[in-house]
Amino acid sequence: MNTVNTAEHMVNSKIKVRNLSFYYENGHQALFNNDLDIHENAITAVIGPSGCGKSTHLRTYNRIYSLHRGQRAEGEIWLDGVNILSPEMDVLSLRRRVGMIFQRPTPFPMSVFENVAYPLRLHFKLSKREIGDRVELALRDASLWEEVKDSLHKSGQELSGGQQQRLCIARAIVTEPEVLLLDEPTSAIDPVATLKIEDLLLRLKERFTIVIVTHNMQQAARISDQTAFFYKGHIIETGPTQRLFTTPKEKQTEDYITGRFG
Amino acid sequence: MAFRSNASATIPATNPLRPLFWRKAQNRLVQTISVIALILAIGAMLWILGTIFSRGGDALSWAFLTNPSKPYGLPNNGIANALLGTLMITTTASAIAIPIALAAGIGLSEFGKQSRFANLMRFCINVMMGVPSILIGLFVYILWVVPQKSFSGFAGAIALAILMIPVITRTTEDMLRMVSDHLREAALALGCSRYQMIVQIVCKSARNGLVSGILLAVARVAGETAPLLFTALFANTWPREFFSNPTANIPVLITESTTNSPFEAMHQIGWGAALVIALIVLLINIVAKTCFREPKK
Amino acid sequence: MRDRFTYEITLLKQRLQQLASSSRNALVEASNALQTMDTARAQGIIENDMCIDAEEVAIEEECLKLIALYQPVAKDLRLIITILKINTELERVADLSANIARSVISLSAHHCAIPNTMDLTTMAKQTDAMLKGALEAFICHHPEQARAIIQEDDVIDNLNHKHYDFAQHLLESQCPEMCSALDTIAISYALERIADSATNICEDIIYLNEGVIVRHCPQL
Repeated sequence: MNTVNTAEHMVNSKIKVRNLSFYYENGHQALFNNDLDIHENAITAVIGPSGCGKSTHLRTYNRIYSLHRGQRAEGEIWLDGVNILSPEMDVLSLRRRVGMIFQRPTPFPMSVFENVAYPLRLHFKLSKREIGDRVELALRDASLWEEVKDSLHKSGQELSGGQQQRLCIARAIVTEPEVLLLDEPTSAIDPVATLKIEDLLLRLKERFTIVIVTHNMQQAARISDQTAFFYKGHIIETGPTQRLFTTPKEKQTEDYITGRFG
Repeated sequence: MAFRSNASATIPATNPLRPLFWRKAQNRLVQTISVIALILAIGAMLWILGTIFSRGGDALSWAFLTNPSKPYGLPNNGIANALLGTLMITTTASAIAIPIALAAGIGLSEFGKQSRFANLMRFCINVMMGVPSILIGLFVYILWVVPQKSFSGFAGAIALAILMIPVITRTTEDMLRMVSDHLREAALALGCSRYQMIVQIVCKSARNGLVSGILLAVARVAGETAPLLFTALFANTWPREFFSNPTANIPVLITESTTNSPFEAMHQIGWGAALVIALIVLLINIVAKTCFREPKK
Repeated sequence: MRDRFTYEITLLKQRLQQLASSSRNALVEASNALQTMDTARAQGIIENDMCIDAEEVAIEEECLKLIALYQPVAKDLRLIITILKINTELERVADLSANIARSVISLSAHHCAIPNTMDLTTMAKQTDAMLKGALEAFICHHPEQARAIIQEDDVIDNLNHKHYDFAQHLLESQCPEMCSALDTIAISYALERIADSATNICEDIIYLNEGVIVRHCPQL
């Protein structure tokens, strides 16, 4: 039975994680020797039970964990051949290339327009018109333009939860990052808005490499191309989503996705 | 959870009921006590305000507000110089205290989550908030007024600033702490530097809380008397020499004219000034509470 | 929730086993009717087929319900899909058994005897053995047994070819036994199809246990 999936061998790995371990400030080890390849222009879903380290893993890709003193990562994360964990890596420019969306929508205390324009002004020197154009484009990409075009100067915090999350996606993609990290982006949002965001992600994967942490397994199954299963800080199994959800190789994966866990 | 499953297994079908009487009585007692306490608190406030209004209301007039204070017996006695002095002292105090306190609050909230130094700072701030204001007055008297060999409005401003700093630091830290870490991470994830994150996102987000904290601190020190007795003292002149000479101010004017004068006319002026300062403090409080209230989440 | 799903799946498996024994029973009965030319027995098979059809629909609905309500994945998904497919195969087995019964009735109506050269009874026994083995392999999760049974299908195919050639000769020879040719070839064909169904079931069992689709693969 040698069914060789040729398509699988042709994709590029945008991110290569090698031997990644992670420690919290109290010395507790959260990740153990993770190896993972994130395919370019594909959606990789990271699943696993609560506290398995999936969010922690994701948070190393843009080194956002460095906000908390004492947390440290060991190993290598190669983004296009550059190790982002090396001290020479400039985190500010890294974060322009690797955008992140969080569990709770995080609109800034400013207008819808300013929310999206903020990262543009942060990283680029642009004329007023260019900013306007790119904000509109990003809002269109995030399928939010039609809903907010008449109230661009309303506070971003007055939008509904689903709209706020799409605003955050627009804010993350307006600077054209290469990788988009999503940390349980729909767990605080109703099912209809969730489906909207999933559609959006499927469209965005043409342009970005997407990594999504989710505890909604159906969501992982619906939208991702690759899935990685985490358990207690270890990567138990990775593979094409379809294969992982029909014929998992590891017993722990099988037990988790069929709900036999705990 | 375990408890519930055990309970459902062991409780027999017919349980003897505990009488409801005591529980209801207890409830009613607590309710009554809290209502009485509420009436006492509000009643006391209304009583004070009522007294000030009835005694000081007659003194209020345009001339009262625009003429400077004079010794007893001279016509057209007013409080204008004290009003201006208080304004100058409070403004100067704010100008000194706000930058220091904001910076301290930001430092505590953003950089000193659990460090030993930050905890020591917090302890000191709590102690300073509890220090009687007269001690602060004495402190400034010894360290500033004595070496300068003169009472001055500026010394008063220093004393009030020392009183304000712990209050503003504390509210600033609390308000910034209320901003969720998600927002900080979101800002950093976009590529902000830490400074940009704090100033452009976190402080902006807590803006209303910060402003109302400052206003409440201003309202608190605007009526302080004890520290001013040792520093600004009083003068029946316009506050021309703010940095080198005693400066008129409302709180000390009230003390002087009501307690140090046997004359009914002076008492009248004291009550009028009390009404003015009460109204100012009330106004600041109302502005702080209504205009800069945290938006409902 | 997991317990409830396990319970439902167990029930579903039991229903499928009942359907399997009904279908196999139809085949055994058909084989007996063929041996003894018992038209009453043959009639019974045809009548019973309706019940089997109804049960097949019921099991399919149950499968769809479980998929819609529990969105199973991995082994659970493979099990339900396998049940769904075996279900269809079993219904077809029962249908083909009814076809055999109809041919038996037709043969006896025309007073035709089955030519001795056509060993339909042995073929029926072999087919039944395959079906029995396939169902055992399903219950016991034995992909190896399933693989062995798939190999047996060639024997039945060869028998069917032989019967086909023989019937052709019979028709060309214009001898009195010729009247049986059409019915016997129909019976042989039905048995061959049943053996195919058994093979399909075996392939589904391999998918269930190993997650690989072995259909249309020359080597296993």
